[in-house]
Amino acid sequence: MKRIGVFVCWCGSNIAGTVDVEKLSEEIGKMPNVAYSCNYKYTCSEPGQEMIKDAIKEHNLNRIVVAACSPRMHEPTFRKTLAGAGLNPYLLVMANLREQCSWVHHDEEKATEKSIALVRRAVQKAEFAVPLEPTTDSVTGRAMVVGAGIAGIQAALDLADSGHEVVVVEKEPTVGGRMAQLDKTFPTLDCSICILAPKMVDVSGHPNIKLYTNAEVDKLDGYVGNFTATIRKKARSVDEEECIGCGICWEKCPNSVPNKFDMGLGDRSAIYIPFPQAVPSVPVIDRDNCRYYETGKCGICQKLCPKDAVDFEQEDTFVEEEIGAVVVATGYDLYDPTRYPEYNYDKYEDIITGLHLERIMNASGPTDGKVKRPSDGKKPEHVTFIQCVGSRDSQKGHEYCSGVCCMYTAKHATYLKEHYDIDSSVFYMDVRAFKKGYEEFYRRTTDQFEADYLRGRVSRVYGEGDKLIVKGEDSMLGEQVTLETDMVVLATAVEAKPDARKVAQTMGVSYDESFFMTEAHPKLRPVETNAAGVFLAGACQGPKDIPETVAQASGAAAKAINLISKDEIENDPLIANCDTSRCSGCLRCIPVCPYSAVTEEEVTEWNHGEEVTRTAVNVNESLCAGCGTCSAACRSGAMNLRGFSNEQILAEVEAICL
Amino acid sequence: MKYAYFPGCSLHSMAEEYNMATELVMEDLNVELREIPDWNCCGSTPAHTTSHLLPVALPARNLAIIEKEGLDVVAPCAACYNRFKAANKELNEDDDLKETVNEIIEMDYQANVEVLNLIEVFQNDDVMEILEEKVNVELKNIKPAVYYGCLLTRPPEVTEFDDAENPQSMDQIMEAIGAEPVEWTHKVECCGGSLVMARSEVVLKLSRDILKAAKQAGANCIVTACPLCHANLDMRQEQINKKFGDDFNMPIFYFTQLIGAALGHSKKNLGLKRHFIGSEGLLGSLVG
Repeated sequence: MKRIGVFVCWCGSNIAGTVDVEKLSEEIGKMPNVAYSCNYKYTCSEPGQEMIKDAIKEHNLNRIVVAACSPRMHEPTFRKTLAGAGLNPYLLVMANLREQCSWVHHDEEKATEKSIALVRRAVQKAEFAVPLEPTTDSVTGRAMVVGAGIAGIQAALDLADSGHEVVVVEKEPTVGGRMAQLDKTFPTLDCSICILAPKMVDVSGHPNIKLYTNAEVDKLDGYVGNFTATIRKKARSVDEEECIGCGICWEKCPNSVPNKFDMGLGDRSAIYIPFPQAVPSVPVIDRDNCRYYETGKCGICQKLCPKDAVDFEQEDTFVEEEIGAVVVATGYDLYDPTRYPEYNYDKYEDIITGLHLERIMNASGPTDGKVKRPSDGKKPEHVTFIQCVGSRDSQKGHEYCSGVCCMYTAKHATYLKEHYDIDSSVFYMDVRAFKKGYEEFYRRTTDQFEADYLRGRVSRVYGEGDKLIVKGEDSMLGEQVTLETDMVVLATAVEAKPDARKVAQTMGVSYDESFFMTEAHPKLRPVETNAAGVFLAGACQGPKDIPETVAQASGAAAKAINLISKDEIENDPLIANCDTSRCSGCLRCIPVCPYSAVTEEEVTEWNHGEEVTRTAVNVNESLCAGCGTCSAACRSGAMNLRGFSNEQILAEVEAICL
Repeated sequence: MKYAYFPGCSLHSMAEEYNMATELVMEDLNVELREIPDWNCCGSTPAHTTSHLLPVALPARNLAIIEKEGLDVVAPCAACYNRFKAANKELNEDDDLKETVNEIIEMDYQANVEVLNLIEVFQNDDVMEILEEKVNVELKNIKPAVYYGCLLTRPPEVTEFDDAENPQSMDQIMEAIGAEPVEWTHKVECCGGSLVMARSEVVLKLSRDILKAAKQAGANCIVTACPLCHANLDMRQEQINKKFGDDFNMPIFYFTQLIGAALGHSKKNLGLKRHFIGSEGLLGSLVG
């Protein structure tokens, strides 16, 4: 005998403001299978939950309906309540009166009527609810971190320090990422590489870290707790085991190509390490620009290498790694300013981006830290900065604010004045300096270091003689301004990497319209994703500065540790199940399953005294995510999604439509 | 090829030479232009500074006449072109406005007429092929700064024509007739427009910037597709010289005038003598 208890929640005024909760619980109480019904102001509160527990005991309830908000947040809450009262947690059914009724309707009478229908539906579903038990799976106690910029490095070190093995996969030949390119960091003006390099070395030397550089994740199979990653180790053309990083090869290499790490401002050899502090200190051959690969001749590096480490024939190799959790930290790219033709970035050498200036100011950069114009090597007397190039511009760039440009521009202006006595003007839209120590830093930039901040957009930049002319608006004065300047620095927006979509698809993570990867909940689950066991760190999830990136990376690591330090994990029991006695073996469920969880199997049964072998299907409980596509596709009604069984769904339809 | 033709007030008055050259060139290129009957003012600047309805209703009446004829329209004046485009956009986005405007003009305009500026007529392979075939005068050493001004490309969501910051289409036409357009900085800067009436000092400064940039880039003339730009740059040059102590002597051409010259038409027929800054020195014996 089913004894159903119904608890209607006011959710303060969220539901009770539109729905007559008194009438609702009274009407539902009249249903024949409802043994008890009531309403309460905040059902999710502690007294609310205690009330449910007491009612279960007092009225001997064995199915519970909570008519409240979306199950997304509080289904787990009330399942625990049921378990606390000794009931199987899956005997709970929720009716969503808030998002699906009170928040979207205004007419109280009609909203109450709809609420009654929604709760009736839940009651009829509860009638057919059965106790479910989760299965368990073992967990691989290792993790993988994809990307080894500051986000990946921090996550990897936290994971490794907790005693877990970590596989780190970095696309570039060295770890370090964007932060390695920066000269100073705001608001403290720490030398970026000085605070980063020790961490880079730690990553390469940590006994728990297995580092793959010049490598990419080609495939991620498996499921939470038990992933298999296929890693492509791209041919480096240098044997990493043998190389001692002596540097003879790159010193003697006769080819010279623009150095990508220095934003093309300086040159490097064809066999190279990206920068002096690179980890590992093992060079890589840029095959597109190497004489040996172009002409078949040269091979100087190979001849001179004391360890015989240069290997022109090296090919990409593949390795598989078993891991329990993944942290994705693949970083960001910068907006291409040629999409603003009025700034003429591609026409004048002295119109550069902020990252170019970082390299110019850096002691190991192309100018050895002397600020010189790329065009003629002269020291600029005045530099003009343009903010929001590609940010906050839905026409030419991105609608979002990149969040870091205001501060890095203030840093540039401060540093130029303090160390080089170079004046600057800054065209800005709003100065957003809202974190710890940022506003103070910006104030010093304008007051102490006398940067001239002009609120307005720039309409055109062009050359006149050896000067650059910047035409724009000073919206504070309501006037047009024309500045003569020596160098223009564009604060280009942070954007997703060109291959971000591919990476997200490989990892099974969703992404937004700007191709930033999406967290499971913007406020309450900021480092998790909708792919169980995959976590996010750093700018691959959205623009952020270094402190925020490091905090998120540690958060992602903590979540991953939480997962992989368990011996086993519980699988959600709300998964598909095939009743093989009804399965006709049509196999329609196999191609529709997005998780490859359904497989063909042979079943043997007795039929009229004969042993018959026929085709049916089996569901892998670990792979199944409970989407229900198979049960919708099943023609013979053999496939059932637990918790959403065919008879439950039909009962719900009947309750609403009949 | 056949278009409705909306000359607007300028091409029948101060920019008559633009009209003369355009008619000659279009005939050569087998493009038939049919001037629409009983046309009225496009609204220009005064209409949209005084009312919300007037600057839509005035173009709408013209466009309604054209729609009846089943043609698309060519508007060689940049201001007419801009007003027509803007009216079409507003009418297409707002059914209530369309109804009101149709009541005002006592016609039924469905906003289906496509509006082209004169440069767009050349963005047709057939037209360009005929042009390249028929060019018979080599425009040697003619180095125009090709000047688009503001109204042809802006606002980009209204005109949807070329790149708003670095347009190329008129430069390509100039290359096709053998001229050597220069790379320069002030292609889409404002000449001062109709402020020439109220605050001529603004126009003198802005137009001077344009002349200066053209000269610095090595241009020996400026080519335009806008009557107002032409007037400001040509007619005010002497005042600019006087006010700023410059010595500009930069001929300003309508682009169809140079095309006409390349096709072998005479100075007289192209109205080249109507300009304040003479072009005899530059064109010399190239043009008869």
